[in-house]
Amino acid sequence: MSYLEYTVKTVPSGWRKVLYLNWPLIILLTAVACVGFLMLYSVAGGELQPWAEPQMERFGLGLAAMFVTAMVPIWLWRNLSALIYLVSLALLVAVELFGAIGMGAQRWIDLGFMRLQPSELMKIALVMALAAYYDWLPMKRVSRPIWVIAPLILILAPTFLTLTQPDLGTAILLMTAGGLLMFLAGVHWAYFAVVIAAAGGGIYTVFLSRGTPWQLLKDYQFRRIDTFLDPSTDPLGAGYHITQAKIAMGSGGWTGRGFMQGTQSRLNFLPEKHTDFIFNTLAEEFGFVGGFSLLVLYVLVLVFCIVAALQNRDRYSSLLILGIGLTFFLFFAVNMSMVMGLAPVVGVPLPLVSYGGSAMLVLMIAFGLVQSAHIHRPR
Amino acid sequence: MRRTPRDSAESSRRMTRRGLLLGGAQIAFAGVLGLRMRHMQVDQADEFRLMAEENRINIHLIPPARGRIFDREGKVIAENEQTYRITMRREDAGDVEDVIGRLSALVDLRPEDVTRALEEMRTSPPFLQVTVADRVSWDAISRVAVNAPALPGVYPEVGLSRFYPQHETFAHVVGYVGPVSERDLARYEDPEPVLRIPRFQIGKVGVEAKFEEQLRGSAGAKRVEVNAVGRVMRELDRREGEAGADLQLTVDSDLQDYIKARLGEESASAVVVDVEHGDVLAIASSPSYDPNKFVRGISTGDYGVLRENNHRPLASKTVQDAYPPGSTFKIVTALAALESGLIHPDETVYCPGHMEIGSRRFHCWKRSGHGHVNLEQSLRDSCDVYYYDLALKVGIDRIAEMGRKLGLGTAPDVPMSAVTAGLMPDRDWKRRERGAEWRIGDTVNASIGQGYVLTSPLQQAIMVARVATGRAVEPRLVRSVGGLQTPSRGGPPLDIDEAHLKLIRKAMFVVSNSRRGTAYRSRIIAEDMRLAGKTGTSQVLNRVVRNQDVPWEERDHALFVNFAPYEAPRIAVSIVVEHGGGGSSTAAPIARDITLQALYKGTPPLDAYPAGDRGRIKEQQEQLAAERARRAAEAGRRA
Repeated sequence: MSYLEYTVKTVPSGWRKVLYLNWPLIILLTAVACVGFLMLYSVAGGELQPWAEPQMERFGLGLAAMFVTAMVPIWLWRNLSALIYLVSLALLVAVELFGAIGMGAQRWIDLGFMRLQPSELMKIALVMALAAYYDWLPMKRVSRPIWVIAPLILILAPTFLTLTQPDLGTAILLMTAGGLLMFLAGVHWAYFAVVIAAAGGGIYTVFLSRGTPWQLLKDYQFRRIDTFLDPSTDPLGAGYHITQAKIAMGSGGWTGRGFMQGTQSRLNFLPEKHTDFIFNTLAEEFGFVGGFSLLVLYVLVLVFCIVAALQNRDRYSSLLILGIGLTFFLFFAVNMSMVMGLAPVVGVPLPLVSYGGSAMLVLMIAFGLVQSAHIHRPR
Repeated sequence: MRRTPRDSAESSRRMTRRGLLLGGAQIAFAGVLGLRMRHMQVDQADEFRLMAEENRINIHLIPPARGRIFDREGKVIAENEQTYRITMRREDAGDVEDVIGRLSALVDLRPEDVTRALEEMRTSPPFLQVTVADRVSWDAISRVAVNAPALPGVYPEVGLSRFYPQHETFAHVVGYVGPVSERDLARYEDPEPVLRIPRFQIGKVGVEAKFEEQLRGSAGAKRVEVNAVGRVMRELDRREGEAGADLQLTVDSDLQDYIKARLGEESASAVVVDVEHGDVLAIASSPSYDPNKFVRGISTGDYGVLRENNHRPLASKTVQDAYPPGSTFKIVTALAALESGLIHPDETVYCPGHMEIGSRRFHCWKRSGHGHVNLEQSLRDSCDVYYYDLALKVGIDRIAEMGRKLGLGTAPDVPMSAVTAGLMPDRDWKRRERGAEWRIGDTVNASIGQGYVLTSPLQQAIMVARVATGRAVEPRLVRSVGGLQTPSRGGPPLDIDEAHLKLIRKAMFVVSNSRRGTAYRSRIIAEDMRLAGKTGTSQVLNRVVRNQDVPWEERDHALFVNFAPYEAPRIAVSIVVEHGGGGSSTAAPIARDITLQALYKGTPPLDAYPAGDRGRIKEQQEQLAAERARRAAEAGRRA
C-alpha cells in the first residue's frame, strides 16, 4: 500500500478515524482491564492502594497510547518495523550489559513514570519485524531455505538474550510467537514437521538416556527438570505455591466464595496473588462462573483479532494483527495453564489483569497497531 | 516491491487457511482450559474447599481446670492457683533489647531466662508470644501492669497451676503433677490432644496419677482463622471445656498433720483405718517432701538431697515398703491354729527358752523361757516357742491361708503408687519362686513373722481391722468422685469363727492392759477408749546383739498394730518405725498417741493416759502443738 494508493482510496482521515476504530475490541479490552481492577482491589483487602489505582492510571495511559498509535497510518508503522526491532534489540543488549556490569539484576529502563522492560517491547517488535519481512518477501521465496534462515535469526537473537536474563517465560513466548508467525506467513509444513520431530526426538533421547551408561544430563539436572515439570515432588518449595494456587481455584466452586471472601488469597496462602496468580483469586471469589467469563472475554478478543486480520487485504496488516492476537493468546494461555497446574510455573502474567506497567502499556500499544491496521485497511 | 495479483491472491488464501486453522487451535485450547477449570471447580470443588478450610482454620485447645482434692472434712489438699508469667511479642515491642532492659529494671529476671527469651524471639515469627519469666509474683505483675506504657509488647499472662497448700503432709498420698513427658505420651495408644498443650500438667504419682482421667476434665476448643504464616486473624467460635471432677479423700488432715509431727524425724510410717467402712483416716510416711517443688520443676540439687537421704523421704513406706511383720504376725498363726481345731486355747506349751527342731535350735526372745504358756499368755508375753509348737502342728499352708484371709500377700486396692503385695509364702510359692522344697524351719520362722513373710504397714492395719470386725475390710481412700459417693468397703463377713476372733481380741487387750503385757506401758486408761494391740520387732540382721550397739541401719524395725476401743472397735492402727529398736518401746507409744488423737478427733485429755505418764505426755503435747503451729506459720508464709 503506497501513499498514493492510501490517499486515493476512501480511507478515513483526521478525526473521522475515530469513528472507524474497532470499537467492540476496545470495549472488550476495557472489560478485561476492569476485571483486573476489581481483583486488585480485592486482593488489597478492599483498598485502591497499592495496586488498583496505579493499574487504572496505567490503563488510562495505555488507552491514550493505543489511540495515538491507532491514528498513525499503518504503512508508517510498517516502514518503521525494522527500526523498532533494531532499537528493541539494542535495548535488550544494553540492559544485558549494564545488568552485568553493575546495575545489579536490573532488566528495565527507567522512564520516570514507569519502568520499561525491553523484553516486553521485543514481543511486539518481533511481530512487526516478521510481518514486515514477509510482506516484503514474494510468496514464491517464502519456503526457500535461504529465506527461512533470516527470520529464524530475527527470532533467535532476542530469544537467546531473554533466556540469559534469565526470563524463560518471555523466551518461550518469543520463540513460539515467532514460529507460529512464520507458519501463518506460509512457510512450508515440512520445516515445522522437521523442527517438531527433531525437538521431540531430542527430548525423548535425553529422557531415554536417564539411568543408562550414556546418560546425557547429570542426575541433579534431571531432578531439576522433574521439579520443574511436576512441582508436587517438591512440596515445600515450588510445590507449595502451586498446591495453594490449585486449592484457591478449586475451592471457588460454581459461584465462588464471594467478593473479597477468598480465604486463600486474603490470608496470603496464595503466592503472587496480585501478579501471576491473580486468576486464582478471581476463580476463588467468583468461582467457575467468574473464571469462565474472563476466559470468554479473552476468546472474544482473539476472535475479533482473527476476524479483523482476515478481513484485511493488506498482508502486513493481517500478519501483524494475527501475530498480536497470537501473542495475546500465548500470554493468557500460558498463564492459565500455569495457575491451573497444567504447565510449569514460568512467570507469565495474565494480560491486562495482572498488576504490572510495562506489559500493560506494550500490550495496549500493540492493540493500537491493530486499530491502526483496521482503520487504514485497503478498501 | 509490488506483488503480482496472482502472488497476492495465493498468499491471501494461504494465510486465511492457516489463520483459521491456528485460530481454531487457539479457541480449542481455550476450551481445554475451560474444561480444566470446570473439572477443578465443579468436580473437585468439595475436596479443595476442605483443603482451604484446613489451611485457614486452626483449633486451639483450652486446657480444663483440674479437679481439686479435699480431705474428709472438706479441707483443701490440692487446688489450682493462678500463676503469672510475663510474655513478650517482638512485633509490638520494637526494640526488644531496650524493652527487656527496662523490664529487668522493674522485675527480677534471671539472666538465663533473658538470653533464652531473646533467642526465641529472634528465631520465631514476630507475632508469637514468648515467655520471658514464669511464676512471677503478683507484685511483679502489678509493677509491669502499671508501667505498661513504657513496656510495649510486654504482656502479663495468667495461667493455672497445681498447688498443695498442705505441702509435705499428703505428698505420698496424692503425689504431684508435672508437665507431660514423652514417656507419658508413649503410654497412651492415642494420646488426647489436650496432652500436647505446652506446660499441661498431668498426675505423675499417687492419687493424682491414679485418678488422672477423672481429675483432668475435658478440654475446650476454640477455632481460629490463621493466615499463611500462622498469625491468628480472628476467633471463629469456642466451646468451653469441662473442669475435672473434684475428689474427696477419706483422710483427715488434722490427724495426718498430727501424725507427721508425732513421727518427727523418724523413718517411720503410720496408718489409721476406720474399721466400719475401711476409710483410711491417715496414711503417713516420714520424712516427707514438698510436692509443690516437683510441680515447679525441682532443682537437681534439691532432688539429690531427697535421693541421698537414708531416711528415704521419697518412698511411700506405708504401701510400697514391705517389712517382716515380726511378732504382730502371731495373730495370724494363732487364728490359723484355732481355726484348724488342732489346739485348744487353754492347752499350754512349755517354753524353756528354745526349741530343738531337727538339728537346729530355735530360740525364744526370752532366753530364760516363759515356762508353761497358753494362747492368751503367749500373745501377752510374745512367747516364740509357743508359736514354734503351733507351727509344727498347723503347717505353713493353713497359716498362709489365714494370712491371705486377713489381707496379706495381695496388694491392697488403694489408688496410690507402687503398692506392694508383700509376701505370704507357702509351699507352692517356694517351689515356684525359689525352686526349693519348703522346710520345717521355714514354717517355724514364718510363725513369728520372720523369714519370708513380708507385709506393708497398710496391710497390717487392714489385718487388724479384719480381726477387730470379722469382716473383709478393704481400704477406702477416696470418699467421693465428682460428688458421687464411693461405696463402703466394710466388706462381707470373713469365714472365721467369732469365738476364735474374740479370743484373739481378748489376748490383744491383755497385751496392752495386763501388767505383764508387752505394751502395758503404752496403755490407755480412759474406760471406753482402751486399745488392744500387738508389738512386733522385726530383725534386720539375724544376730543377737543389743540395738544400741549397732549402727542405725542395722537396728531392728519396731512395729505395733492395734485396734480401739476394745469394746466397740472404731479404728485400726499400724505403726512401723524403721530401725526403731523394739516394738513395745518405740512403736507402741506412738500408736497409743495416734489412737487417742484419732478417737478424740483432737488433742486427747490427759486423764486418758496412765497417771504416772501425764507430766511427760503434757510436755510432749505442748511441744507438738508448738511444732505444728510453727509449721503452719511457715506454710502460710510460703503460700
